Amino acid sequence: MTETVQDTLKTTPLNAAHRALGARMVGFAGYDMPVQYEGVLAEHRWTREHAGLFDVSHMGQAKLRGAEPFKSFEKLVPGDYQGLKPGKQRYSLLLAPDGGMLDDLMAGKPDDDGLFIVVNAACKDGDFAKIAGDLAGEAELERLDDRALMAIQGPEAAAAMAAHEPKLAEMGFMDSTRMTLFGEDCFVSRSGYTGEDGYEISVPASAAERIWNTLLKDARVRPIGLGARDSLRLEAGLPLYGHDADETTSPVEASLTFALSKRRKEEANFPGAARILAELAGDLKRKRVGLNVKEGAPAREGAEIADKGRNVIGKVTSGGPSVTLGHNIAMGYVPPAFAELGTDLAVIVRGKTLAAEVVAMPFVAQRYYRKP
Amino acid sequence: MRFTKDHEWVSLDGDVATIGITRYAAEQLGDVVFVETPDAGKHVNKGDGCAVVESVKAASDVYAPVSGEVVEGNAALGAAPETVNADPEGAGWFCKIKVASSAEVDALMDRAAYDQFLSTL
Repeated sequence: MTETVQDTLKTTPLNAAHRALGARMVGFAGYDMPVQYEGVLAEHRWTREHAGLFDVSHMGQAKLRGAEPFKSFEKLVPGDYQGLKPGKQRYSLLLAPDGGMLDDLMAGKPDDDGLFIVVNAACKDGDFAKIAGDLAGEAELERLDDRALMAIQGPEAAAAMAAHEPKLAEMGFMDSTRMTLFGEDCFVSRSGYTGEDGYEISVPASAAERIWNTLLKDARVRPIGLGARDSLRLEAGLPLYGHDADETTSPVEASLTFALSKRRKEEANFPGAARILAELAGDLKRKRVGLNVKEGAPAREGAEIADKGRNVIGKVTSGGPSVTLGHNIAMGYVPPAFAELGTDLAVIVRGKTLAAEVVAMPFVAQRYYRKP
Repeated sequence: MRFTKDHEWVSLDGDVATIGITRYAAEQLGDVVFVETPDAGKHVNKGDGCAVVESVKAASDVYAPVSGEVVEGNAALGAAPETVNADPEGAGWFCKIKVASSAEVDALMDRAAYDQFLSTL
């Protein structure tokens, strides 16, 4: 996950701001990124109790335009984008022809100018080349590399943002809009990757540091590094692409069937539809599950998962301490016969067999703001 | 107290060496959430992994800076791993090893040499 070749790392528009805050920087997805400021545990707790501010400018932002960009985009993903209402966004998956996941992404309709797409940092060059290439002649992709992206997350995020722009309080979970914020042209969505209420804000790179510092003037808001971002998303049961899902994983295996829209399943016209629909019908070899591990060392990526007879049946794809729950949690893949909630399994950490139980995800309840 | 380039410290009392990680190492690790210490009676050779220290993000091995027989692991770290951050060169010790010879300890860096080594990192 980390890289050591410092001189080849790219920087986000907030790099100087992180250094000024005393962040510890690491290489992540080719970028020099803050892994922590104050400390992972304190940052994790701050986000769950107040509001955390994250630099996610390493992620890829783009616009897809064309005669029918939403229809075009559906050739690559299993989501219903033709049915997406203005001002909304949807989580989806970029699929290979065999149904394997090339990435997960957010795509929305914040304005009348095509589709606004946000993809993972490590995948963005490949994703954008594929989208542009596969849709050549019908839709045009414009990378928004001159934009920064920040996320503000936590129970006090909404109040902190409303202090700058009261209209933001009216947005509901997964709403997406284009608006002038801090005097700048911004894309704002009420979403995030921590399980908390909050916003993701795309801002011009030239204004990023000013906006970041303005947000941090609020005593409720503190900067949060990638370390806590990972422990927060783990508690929220959200997969980290490249770890909990990859090009061999289908959306059904990854327990992301909510991303398969009803209309698209009926039409069966997305990449890998044959495999994915067969898996939905029961022909499934493995499934991503959540595990509570209440003894011993944290089971991390690569740890084996065993059944009660000590037969290895799968592997952990991410795991660690749940700061909120006070015990270790993990996610990993097991055959469907072992995926039932309450199934007693084990994880093997440095030769020690630790009891693990299949539990529902999210591990920590999500607190998204849904409009009444 | 003597130090290794892997950021362990050794404090010799008679023929028993107390082992821990340095303040620098603890700061680099960040919040320690789990520590696995060796059981008494285990023989370790210099350079063997003798304990594991885990932050939120990752597990790291602690290497035995000297050879000998473990006489005690710091059981208190099981319930209070954060002691490693709070007092790495004191109450956050990992284990005590009965050493065959103090020569291995003498060969390690003293505080001035270790501080000099840190300044090169």
